[in-house]
Amino acid sequence: MLDIAVSYNRYKFLGNEFLTWLWFMIENDQTFFTKIDIECTALEIGDKISFENRKKESLEVVSIKGDHAGWEEGKLSLQKGSLVTELNLLYHSGPGKWRFSLKGENLGIGNLKTPEGGRVETKEDLEGAILEKIFLLDKAISFIQGLFRRFLKLRVSPQWQADSIPMMKEWINSTK
Amino acid sequence: MGLLSPSVTVARYAIQEKIDGPIIETVHNALCKQSFQEIENRSESKSLGWTSFETPFKPNFEDSSFLVGAYMVFALRIDKKTVPPKLLKKHYSLAVEKKLADTGREYLSRNEKEIIREHVLNNLLIRIPAVPDIYDVIWNYEESYAWFFSGTKAANEEFESLFLKSFKISAIRLFPYTEADLVANLSDSEQDLLQNLQPARFVS
Repeated sequence: MLDIAVSYNRYKFLGNEFLTWLWFMIENDQTFFTKIDIECTALEIGDKISFENRKKESLEVVSIKGDHAGWEEGKLSLQKGSLVTELNLLYHSGPGKWRFSLKGENLGIGNLKTPEGGRVETKEDLEGAILEKIFLLDKAISFIQGLFRRFLKLRVSPQWQADSIPMMKEWINSTK
Repeated sequence: MGLLSPSVTVARYAIQEKIDGPIIETVHNALCKQSFQEIENRSESKSLGWTSFETPFKPNFEDSSFLVGAYMVFALRIDKKTVPPKLLKKHYSLAVEKKLADTGREYLSRNEKEIIREHVLNNLLIRIPAVPDIYDVIWNYEESYAWFFSGTKAANEEFESLFLKSFKISAIRLFPYTEADLVANLSDSEQDLLQNLQPARFVS
């Protein structure tokens, strides 16, 4: 295994490519998500996408925010060579809804809001509340892990170059 | 923000090594040994250690209280005291003036000034209350993972360091490479491809 600090920096791009691919999948193949979670009814972009464009001597960072933001500007950013570095997502599964932000470079999960659990009114309720919250968090975390593993398998397969890249290029260039 | 907060930030860890000895007893002893120590009325500026999830301001690991179902649930507590620079400057200046008046001298050496500064700082640290930060930890030993409820680099580094010191096993943060290398179940040939992977180009 590579040194942790070296591998963190060396493979940052993989997390950003994952988020860029995820946005592409959200817009183009919602049925894919049921392969990870059979109860998933939708995965949507939430209220923020951040981008980074690393050029030889400069770093350009762009964020688009807003509940009903149009993401065309983001596509234009991709056309200039940016990758997604952070996505706010809405994950619908069964009757529940999860909202969270996902960072590409470390797959860190921020501002994760789960469906509401039962109230803690007595000391005896606490253990149940902890287990329920762990279950609800695990649902979103397992989903993210499942997505990233599917992406990894694709990323190291011949289909990445043959199919995914051309389709993503076409999608990126579909906004003028 | 802790486990039961409405909104949480989570860093995921792989804990792949196994504990040498009986698990619950070893973890219990390690939590007690590295439990949080108060620094109120003392001159230390920082203290960190494990504390209990339920009573973070009064660590208690008795009766296996850190076990919840299949999980070990506890917290990392980090207390810090910060002396405002202007407050330090005021008390330092007063102390230097007093020393000059007491000794009848016009100047103090650099070494004397440094001793006064340290003395003033220690006195202020004793009087200033510490500000606590509490970060919850969930550890599923059987499934070899842990969640640490903070996204800040400094808190995660303190967690990794105290975890290793306490339990003699490493908590490895899961980010793209470690996720791929340790837990994604890639085949040997896929691992080889991963090692040589270069960034993709989505623009012509």
